[in-house]
Amino acid sequence: MIRAVDGITLQIAAGEFVALLGASGSGKSSLLNLLAGLDSPSAGSVIVENQSLSDLSRDELAKYRRHTVGMMFQSFNLIPSMTVLENVELPLRFAEVERSKRRALAMSALEKVGLSGRLKHRPIELSGGEQQRVAMARALINQPRILLADEPTGNLDSRTGTEVMELIRRLNQSLKMTVLLVTHERDLAEKYADRLIFLADGKVVADQPNSARTVAGAKS
Amino acid sequence: MKLYDSIELAGRNLRESVLRNSLTTLGISVGVASLVAMLSLGIGLQQLASRRLQRSGLFDSIVVTSRRDLRSFNREQEESGPAPAESPDLNEAARLKIANVAGVVEVYPDLRFITEVRYDDKPHLTMVAGLPSSSKDGDSFEGMQGRFFLSEDAHEVILQKSFAAELLGKSSRGPDEINVNEVAKPLLGKQLVMRYAERESSNGQDTASFSVISHEMPLTIVGVTDLDPDSMRGSARARLFIPQKLIEDMRPMQAYDMRDSSRATSNEAIYSNVVARVSGAGKVDTVEQAIKKLGFNTFSILDATKSMRRFFAILDLFLGIFGSLALTVASIGIINTLVMAILERRREIGIMKAVGASDADVRGLFFAEAGAMGLLGGICGTALGWFIGRVINFGTNIYLKRQGFPPEHIWSVPVWLVAVALGFSFLVSLLSGLYPASRAARLDPVQALRYE
Repeated sequence: MIRAVDGITLQIAAGEFVALLGASGSGKSSLLNLLAGLDSPSAGSVIVENQSLSDLSRDELAKYRRHTVGMMFQSFNLIPSMTVLENVELPLRFAEVERSKRRALAMSALEKVGLSGRLKHRPIELSGGEQQRVAMARALINQPRILLADEPTGNLDSRTGTEVMELIRRLNQSLKMTVLLVTHERDLAEKYADRLIFLADGKVVADQPNSARTVAGAKS
Repeated sequence: MKLYDSIELAGRNLRESVLRNSLTTLGISVGVASLVAMLSLGIGLQQLASRRLQRSGLFDSIVVTSRRDLRSFNREQEESGPAPAESPDLNEAARLKIANVAGVVEVYPDLRFITEVRYDDKPHLTMVAGLPSSSKDGDSFEGMQGRFFLSEDAHEVILQKSFAAELLGKSSRGPDEINVNEVAKPLLGKQLVMRYAERESSNGQDTASFSVISHEMPLTIVGVTDLDPDSMRGSARARLFIPQKLIEDMRPMQAYDMRDSSRATSNEAIYSNVVARVSGAGKVDTVEQAIKKLGFNTFSILDATKSMRRFFAILDLFLGIFGSLALTVASIGIINTLVMAILERRREIGIMKAVGASDADVRGLFFAEAGAMGLLGGICGTALGWFIGRVINFGTNIYLKRQGFPPEHIWSVPVWLVAVALGFSFLVSLLSGLYPASRAARLDPVQALRYE
């Protein structure tokens, strides 16, 4: 058995912007999947808002993913056969939101990420940055309290990457949304996160406040 | 997820791989079509058979015989009821009694005799029988040339076509080769002379004595039948028919009169058997019981059709099984398509789960896809089955017409069959969707998301 995540004890406060850093295979994505309730630990527990995820049924986990967390991926993970609007609407379908409300909510979410002109386009017709912004709109449509972003800028050039990260930071600051950013780009982490957690071989090797950002923040 | 959302997403997914899903739906259509075709053939044949029997007048007729006759149709009856010597005669009084049984429409004695008929100064021998006017609606008169008797005692005669051919000296040909038009044309309106022996009760001391007086009676030929109206009588079947009232008034000497003279209690005529016609096939059973209580033996075709009905039930079952085989193959097609769809859409399923789809949502989606294919396949299949039926019916009727038979309706698609076919294909599709749907629902989202 491979231990992707091994003996990690972490506490993340509400509203924190945490970056999980590490080389590929260090276990950062596995940790994110555990937090997302997509995977369950063979030992130990994940407690979110005083609720242990391992105590939840499959249905309750689905509900947790629907309402408590929002996910962004490196490869965007949009459904290619659906339009931009339909992709953003999808979580609302599972949340059984009325059709008319659904449309309005999705449109306003897309407006927030600056894509109101691309509603009827398919993901393939969009640039990488636009796709990631659609993914963000989708992740946020059910107003989750936690955003889990797995290498969200990994497939983007630095300019669009920065755009996406700026959006994430704005959410963190304006909505007090907890953000967990998985990345292997130290610069990015240092630029945006409040706290940096370094992983190697499934273990936490360092967990520290982001001194660079504190300094940067002091400068600005 | 709400049902209409599942259906909408399912519709979108089906449109995404339209060729594969159309082929699967086509498979279901063919399966349903074969089921519908098989069953409608079974139902059509059954309806054809019972329609024929109903119109033959056998379904609503009861043959009544006297127990004194000692020649019962039904051996079981010999062992119950009054002893033959104590049972009543089947005479005119008995006929009235039977006519008074509730549900009986008419009662007439079955009178027949072999005699000599002269036509064009040539003698011919044949069996003569009486024919009540109620029998003219029976389908044995289908294709008859000429007309039925004008009245119940008209001096008129209807010939069976083989006898008509014999009168014209064409008797060497088989019945299928005789064209009823051809033999009827020269005969209709012509006269023949029938000889018969009248039984006249004598006024002597002996209760059972009677005289036999020979007569001749000229009769006008008014009809020639294509079919054999008396076919059920086997070797005793008549080929020359005269009105029932006429034959009764003639008081013809019957074959059994001599035999009965030794055990008769009066010099009154005794019938060998009388036929009681009932107002509907459903009443045959109760009327039979009532007539038995009067001390007579009875026989109806209902007993014989029991086995016919069983035969058709078994035929339908087997046709249904053969039809279902194609549907089974089609349902494997559904499973295959959906399993392929799971493989293809693995990542999509992972995404759905990541954004909050429950197992039930994913399961419902695949169920909806299976159900949609089933329903669509069912609709197309029923239409196809109906169409195949029409084509075969059309073809059969062309064949029947060439062979000189009237057209038949051997294909029947009743409304309930349409409903059953649609329901069945929908159900079979859902059952086929069971495995793929639960497999998709159980998919590990982490694995699924990693899938490229």
